Amino acid sequence: MELDPVLLSRFQFGFTIAFHILFPSFTIGLAAWLAMLELLWLRTGRSVFRELSTLWTKIFAVSFGLGVVSGVVLSYEFGTNWSGLSDRAGNILGPLLSYEVLTAFFLEASFLGIMLFGRDRVPRGVYLLAVCMVAFGTLISAFWILSANSWMQTPSGYEVHDGEFVAADWAAVIFNPSFPYRLAHMVSAAYLTTAFVIAAVGAWYLLTGRHVAHGRVMVIMALSIIVWLAPAQILIGDLHGLNVRDHQPAKLAAMEAHWESGGPVPLILFAWPNEQAETNQYELGVPSLGSLILTHSWDGEVTGLKAFNRADRPNVAIVFWSFRVMAGLGVLMTLAGTAGAVLWATGRLQRARWYLRWLTLMGPAGFIAVLAGWVTAEVGRQPWVVYGLLRTADVVSPVTGGQVAFSLALFVLVYGFLYGAGLFYISRLVRSGPTGITPAPTEPLERPAAAASQS
Amino acid sequence: MTDAHLLIIVPLAWAGILAFAVFLYVLLDGFDLGVGILFPFVPSHDARDTMMNSVAPVWDGNETWLVLGGAGLFAAFPMAYSVMLPALYLPLILMLIGLILRGVAFEFRFKAKWGRALWDWSFAGGSMLAASMQGVALGAFIQGFEVDGRVFAGGPFDWLTPFSVFTGIALVAGYVLLACGWLIIKVEGTLLDWVYAVAPKALLAILFGIAVVSLWSPFLNDDIAGRWFTFPSIVMVSPVPLLTIFAAAGFWRAVSARALYLPFVFAVVLFFLCYTGLAVSLFPYIVPPRLTIWDAAADLRSQIFVLYGLIPILPVILGYTAYSYYVFRGKVGVGGGYH
Repeated sequence: MELDPVLLSRFQFGFTIAFHILFPSFTIGLAAWLAMLELLWLRTGRSVFRELSTLWTKIFAVSFGLGVVSGVVLSYEFGTNWSGLSDRAGNILGPLLSYEVLTAFFLEASFLGIMLFGRDRVPRGVYLLAVCMVAFGTLISAFWILSANSWMQTPSGYEVHDGEFVAADWAAVIFNPSFPYRLAHMVSAAYLTTAFVIAAVGAWYLLTGRHVAHGRVMVIMALSIIVWLAPAQILIGDLHGLNVRDHQPAKLAAMEAHWESGGPVPLILFAWPNEQAETNQYELGVPSLGSLILTHSWDGEVTGLKAFNRADRPNVAIVFWSFRVMAGLGVLMTLAGTAGAVLWATGRLQRARWYLRWLTLMGPAGFIAVLAGWVTAEVGRQPWVVYGLLRTADVVSPVTGGQVAFSLALFVLVYGFLYGAGLFYISRLVRSGPTGITPAPTEPLERPAAAASQS
Repeated sequence: MTDAHLLIIVPLAWAGILAFAVFLYVLLDGFDLGVGILFPFVPSHDARDTMMNSVAPVWDGNETWLVLGGAGLFAAFPMAYSVMLPALYLPLILMLIGLILRGVAFEFRFKAKWGRALWDWSFAGGSMLAASMQGVALGAFIQGFEVDGRVFAGGPFDWLTPFSVFTGIALVAGYVLLACGWLIIKVEGTLLDWVYAVAPKALLAILFGIAVVSLWSPFLNDDIAGRWFTFPSIVMVSPVPLLTIFAAAGFWRAVSARALYLPFVFAVVLFFLCYTGLAVSLFPYIVPPRLTIWDAAADLRSQIFVLYGLIPILPVILGYTAYSYYVFRGKVGVGGGYH
């Protein structure tokens, strides 16, 4: 069997970046939350903040470590697997990645050492500054890498010389048309992901009656973010969608499984897109709602997939379904935030066990939504690596399928193992919970029976 | 300055910057990879804890120089990046796997109860793999690459030769030497005695490595031979081997006298001299023996755009890196300071 280096390289890049993105999605928000806890502890002196900060710093360390090592891989894969892209777009992408290293990676890495090991070695103010620098570094990193990604989606500010992209206007390169939306959407996604993890752990503590004081702080702090950020994220997503409609119409058509151009179009809730027959099977939709969402008018017209050559369309079923998973989770998150706010306002939050169970189950929701969103964005970009200009199949490195199969197998093996180990150690940290700083522990006695009878 | 001047000077400046970044990487990650390589051989379990604690707060920053090297090459010499990375596909992938295995060990090892031995091996094996693959890649780089136009045209195993295997082993010895210098500064007691005993052996190993690579590489191509063995260049380059001998003697004496900082300083000097020798052999090629730094240079606007940021930011990075080292100065205690 002939191993295809293009397909295998796509699998490898997709797999390694999907693994990687789980960690930044979590640590961007977590770093900000840790800075917040540190500040609260400095201001109020309440030990609950310090204890939470100590517990979550350990969880942060594991996640950040996995994020760093899996990120280094990506900075080399552009060359090892996609040397055609590095050669032709290196003038644009190289500087953006270099700025990420210069302005973010060193900041994160240097202050991380102080954050993890230096609490007793530096004054409190310097420690707070170190945590803030790490949090700030994660944001700067997101800025540059999303700028590079957005340029590949909606290239601008460039000229082509001898088949090479060169920068004509750096501001236009960096602030390319999809960048503001993608940055806002991803950073919000990261904060939501973290908030749901914190809420889930807090809810679980409340449900089991352990570390109740800590659990309450976690749930309330997380909800105070979720309640407004989840609906805001839907709004940002909507704006991002309009941007996709203008700049990447084939991707939008695949997201909505629209084959014919025209309007008004329905919002398709369920369908099985059939690419051979160029139609949907088992379609279930709400008439005209699609037009309203995509064009903000009841009878707006939308370009369908048939307007594009077959060779220029992405895989419709994957894009259609991954988008639905993401959007569905977005709605669920908004409901969870609103319900939580109502329960809290009416003083029933801690006794609503059904709600706490729901929050616990929602713990991984952010991660799944992020992955689904990235599949939508990146599979939706295909068959292009630089949208409309450079095809993915044309930029693969001169390597053999066998080499890529070997490395892919190695990554799957090692990442699978590390993911298991990381999850194991993080869940053990969560189970053992916050420990009291000297003097004795401050949380209530661990008596599940007593706690259960309270509810 | 006219554009013609800039087209000559800016790629040269970038070559200097990348050479600096890679050199700092080799020194900094060199000693912490070397600590990993020594890991299985130390006498006690507590000694391993101390060794790991000595590098735990700084390894991440050290490794970032490798990322800067990669991203900087991508930005300033994209053609070199896109030729060499596919050419070095397997050694680079194995290096990355090694860096992953050792990097996660920092976090997992201290959290493990029954799994600690597993992470000891992950740390040691990963460090060994990463170091040796870097050495192999270096050997392959000195040998040169087959290039057709702007694309790598060789086979998947071109990098694997007796020479590159030898440079792989030699770099491992070099990293061990740096690790000895580092540990002498950071540890105490029986572990310190052990390091003082190992350091001379590491020195002999690396001197053997330097001698063999120095005598072998001129035979790889006539160009390298011409730079070292013809008049007048021989006059220019002869101080390099002589100073190498002085630095080696300095290291030996510093270890015998149980000096605190000098062994590390001499190890750094030794690395600097080897690095200079390499530059003499290869300059101005960035993809030997085909592409010079000017052939592979990015569009001038791209090179200058990054310089605008790099020139003010690099000193700041060096500043807070130095601060971080300052915070963790002095000897580490057993298990001390872990979060």
